Amino acid sequence: MDATLTPVAGDAVEDIEIHLLLEALYRRYHYDFRNYAGVSIKRRLRQARLQLGFASFSALQDALLRDATVVPRLLDYLTVQVSEMFRDPSYFRAIREKIVPHLRTYPSLKVWIAGCSSGEELHSMAILFQEEGLFDRTLFYATDINPGALENAANGVYALDRIKTFTQNHQKSGGKTSLSDYYTAAYGRAAFDKTLRSRVVFSDHSLVTDAVFAECQFISCRNVMIYFDRALQNRAVGLFRDSLTRRGFLGLGSKETLRFSEHASSFTDFVREEKIYQRRDG
Amino acid sequence: MSIPAVQAIVIGASAGAIQALSRILPALPAGYPIPMLVVVHVPPDGSDIALLFEGRCAVTVREPDDKEPIQPGWVYFAPSDYHLLVAEDRTVSLSVDEPVLYSRPSIDVLFESAAEVFGPALVGVILTGANEDGARGLRAVAEAGGEALVEDPGDAFASAMPAAAIASCREARSMSLDAITAYLVKLGTP
Repeated sequence: MDATLTPVAGDAVEDIEIHLLLEALYRRYHYDFRNYAGVSIKRRLRQARLQLGFASFSALQDALLRDATVVPRLLDYLTVQVSEMFRDPSYFRAIREKIVPHLRTYPSLKVWIAGCSSGEELHSMAILFQEEGLFDRTLFYATDINPGALENAANGVYALDRIKTFTQNHQKSGGKTSLSDYYTAAYGRAAFDKTLRSRVVFSDHSLVTDAVFAECQFISCRNVMIYFDRALQNRAVGLFRDSLTRRGFLGLGSKETLRFSEHASSFTDFVREEKIYQRRDG
Repeated sequence: MSIPAVQAIVIGASAGAIQALSRILPALPAGYPIPMLVVVHVPPDGSDIALLFEGRCAVTVREPDDKEPIQPGWVYFAPSDYHLLVAEDRTVSLSVDEPVLYSRPSIDVLFESAAEVFGPALVGVILTGANEDGARGLRAVAEAGGEALVEDPGDAFASAMPAAAIASCREARSMSLDAITAYLVKLGTP
């Protein structure tokens, strides 16, 4: 038979390969990136393929299916993001000025940092809660899907050359203490005080596949859902709504919005310009 | 085969960007039909460049939120400290992935994603700047069949960026800022 087949028009080969790769990652290891925002996941996957040295996504998929050691390496490309302590100082200032007064009315508090990555925001929040006198009555949940990132978060050690930015951000956020009170510097690294993590539960939790685990007064999930497609965002926001007490607060990244979410009506703008929302009654 | 009408314009600029864009954006008439996506390198301090242009332009100028649908004739500036990308469904997609060539937002990242979505219906423009961001992106625009324009390095406030773009993209046409402005206005005039 010498008839040549003509491929069907439509998906490019690379799109098919990426789809199959993500399916393989899910079916073999239960990491579910299938509903991540296409354009960003594609960029990250291309980078991963090049850096890991595979000629094609099919070759990467083949290795992934048979060799579990490829998983954490791939995961680092797909999930790890570098954040800063007190990134967007005005967000933390708004928490201090607008959210903390409400939180003070509760005898005990639960705060969830969803997608905590290597812990910069968690440590920022812990410091802020210490400064505001709420730390001792608060239990923090810090969750992520990347075990390596969670380990870093639980260690609280950051490169010393990042401290200058962290310190400036902390001051701009209305910090009442000196950031240097909370870390010791040695060998080019700053190790943050373990007291800051003494009221933190670190946990492997996926906004894509896992369920509600606590009732919180405040959830902060910043620049995590920008990597989700619309359907996945809806799932995550629904999960947040169900994890919040009545009138609990949800803080997002400065360019994230609930405007396009099917759960928009469950929330009201609380600090509009900082993307802090409040769950409606009922 | 007919030439597809232009569906989007992407612009990248760095040093001298505000002055250059002050010539282009206020020249766009009300009702201009083509959306523009713009990356300007600014320090990651949360300053909103769109505000600089909002009152001076007949078209809507804004920093988009993630997942915002791209509207005809609106000008979208990449928010400070975010990459700006175009998603397949023609909505805005933002990311905090690592800087590319030390830049976030990155011109390359915007141009490459827009080239994939709009293909031949895209015009890419590299203006003044003092680094090489945008050179790869402009080539991606041309390779997808889009049109590549570059501000004449001899006229530009900073020549490195347009020169790098021309070196990387053979198809690029070098034009004066006034010629680029007139060309973009005409693209949107029936």
